[in-house]
Amino acid sequence: MTTRRVVIDPVTRIEGHAKISIFLDEDGEVRDAQFHVTEFRGFEKFCEGRPLAEMAGITARVCGICPVSHILASAKAGDDIFAVDIPPAAEKLRRLMNLGQIVQSHALSFFHLSSPDLLLGFDSDPAQRNLFGLIAQHPEFARGGIRLRQFGQEIIELLGGRKIHPAWAVPGGVREPLAPEKRDHILSRVPEARQTVLDALAFFKRYIAEHREEVEHFGNFPTLFLGLVSKDGAQWEHYDGYLRVMDSEGNILVDGHDPRRYTEIIGEAVEPHSYLKSPYFKPWGYPEGAYRVGPLARLNLCTRIGTPLADAELAEFRQHGNARGVVLSSFMYHYARLIEILAATERIELLLHDPDILSPHVRAGGAINKLEGVGVSEAPRGTLLHHYQVDPHGMVRRVNLIIATGQNNLAMNRTVKQIAQHWIHGARDAKIPEGLLNRVEAGIRAFDPCLSCSTHAVGQMPLIVRLFDAHGQLLDEVRRD
Amino acid sequence: MSVVTLTINGQDVSARDDATVLQAAREAGIHIPVLCYLEGLSAVGACRLCLVEVAGVNRLLPACTTRVQEGMEVHTDTPRLQTYRRHIIELLFAERNHVCAVCVANGNCELQSLAIEVGMDHVRYDYVFPSLGMDLTHERFGLDHNRCILCTRCVRACDEIEGAHTLDVLGRGAKARIVTDLNMPWGESPTCTSCGKCAMACPTGAIFKQGSTVAEMVHHPEKLAFLKTARERREWRV
Repeated sequence: MTTRRVVIDPVTRIEGHAKISIFLDEDGEVRDAQFHVTEFRGFEKFCEGRPLAEMAGITARVCGICPVSHILASAKAGDDIFAVDIPPAAEKLRRLMNLGQIVQSHALSFFHLSSPDLLLGFDSDPAQRNLFGLIAQHPEFARGGIRLRQFGQEIIELLGGRKIHPAWAVPGGVREPLAPEKRDHILSRVPEARQTVLDALAFFKRYIAEHREEVEHFGNFPTLFLGLVSKDGAQWEHYDGYLRVMDSEGNILVDGHDPRRYTEIIGEAVEPHSYLKSPYFKPWGYPEGAYRVGPLARLNLCTRIGTPLADAELAEFRQHGNARGVVLSSFMYHYARLIEILAATERIELLLHDPDILSPHVRAGGAINKLEGVGVSEAPRGTLLHHYQVDPHGMVRRVNLIIATGQNNLAMNRTVKQIAQHWIHGARDAKIPEGLLNRVEAGIRAFDPCLSCSTHAVGQMPLIVRLFDAHGQLLDEVRRD
Repeated sequence: MSVVTLTINGQDVSARDDATVLQAAREAGIHIPVLCYLEGLSAVGACRLCLVEVAGVNRLLPACTTRVQEGMEVHTDTPRLQTYRRHIIELLFAERNHVCAVCVANGNCELQSLAIEVGMDHVRYDYVFPSLGMDLTHERFGLDHNRCILCTRCVRACDEIEGAHTLDVLGRGAKARIVTDLNMPWGESPTCTSCGKCAMACPTGAIFKQGSTVAEMVHHPEKLAFLKTARERREWRV
């Protein structure tokens, strides 16, 4: 039997470097598709031998998009090792920064990276199908998205002194309290941010009503979902709480699970074709235990969000799900992302009106009181775990990082396969229309993968798609740097 | 004491006859970069950054250990010196593992400031990437050999100002490193008084307060000069 392989290399408009291989059989039908992450970084290794206090600063460098997630997870692992409760204001400020990050990262994913596909069309001219094409044709929409991201970045900068890699959250709390004028400035920008996301939501709801094919075939399959929910009432959570695992029918398989005991439910598999590890739900084994994390998972898992506008949107969102209200299509990650931005604007406002938020008491002193600690945060892309073992002097001996994008690896592979199988048929000749391959890439974009994080890699995210025949011979390659 | 006159970069300068070229230059407001020199400590002329050209002398002289002389003609910032200084800084960066972005002394580091001053936009030497450890056994301070440039300011501060002489240098050349007592863990040192003068003196993030996070370590080298002067003048004598 002969097969062909199509390779998309690099995948564009994602964060990091990746390629996609599409394997065709003799009839030119898609037999398989694989998502390869082509970079390796080694953070887990070279952090060994460093002091615990430096870990937040070092691991922040894993990523320029979501450094805050790493800083928070790392600082929390440090809190755990210090065995301290951090001051209330510190927790609220950390939450505020994480919300700022959710806004900026989600805005980047939706407006800058994915909306060119949605507004300009999957089959539009690739030279125009980018943020600049968007600015030319939909300037107000693009401007709103850019300003929304700036709003999130500004929160991070006002708190941590810089937009990227603010070494601000530390074991025991945060380094600086919030000044009143900064609080007032953030508050003044909330209404505009909220309006931008409400407009985007209205647009997206119209879009999915008109584009059922994408919704039905962009990674639409049952998987488990994993994420944090609040300790109190299993509400939407982004900073602390318990791990919850749900199946595609809405049955709660694991609830109230202390993230420190993550190894009981999360296993890590390695595939030879990718540097990205493939975590799976341990009780179900590999690969049956594939689960999804991130905005879609968080909205499926929570009982409610806890703020009025976002809860109203959540109710509408769940109508797109199955009989139990579980939304399975990965295309709906975009939708979930927008609802989370909305939720973030509401929570930012609540936090900024909290009387604790300006407290000068933001950092608990501490020493090495435990030799092992786990920190968890909900990164924009999903649940992030930092697990450290230290010696009695605080020198890091072992590091394990469970990254959100890695946990979506199995689902991303299934998504590219589903999209390829739906859109690519009878590809006997080498050439496959670019717009079809772009859908395959867009399937990856829906997850907003951060490959620099997940391989612990440098740079932007070009993608390559390669087409191979049954003998493994390369027939076509689409490459965009 | 008498006064001599000399020229530095063409500028007429007068100084005490027991002054060094560096002191005379500083007095006259002329900047000469240094790393191993610290006011309040003895000068050792080790880092070679303060090398200057003296008319009639066919080799370069360290400003920190060269006495002024009547009629001396000194140049501190010639193209040759600029080139050498940049090479010295590049070699320091290549020799150990200096990663400013995640260093406790980022933004408050003399090596980093000098790299900017000499225009080091990249390092032309291959990085050595030595495998060096840290000593975190002391309850208050940590020692990271990766960031040490062997300026010995900590050794001199410990010896000359505190009088403990806990710190010293082991080995020679590129293999030299700072040790505590007879190469024992710092936390077990019977001589260390935990005074922290070494951390004040350190120009980089090599000696730092335990628990310091990125860019959080602030040095106070001026306190050492203050102690020295106050002692010499017996300011605290009752």
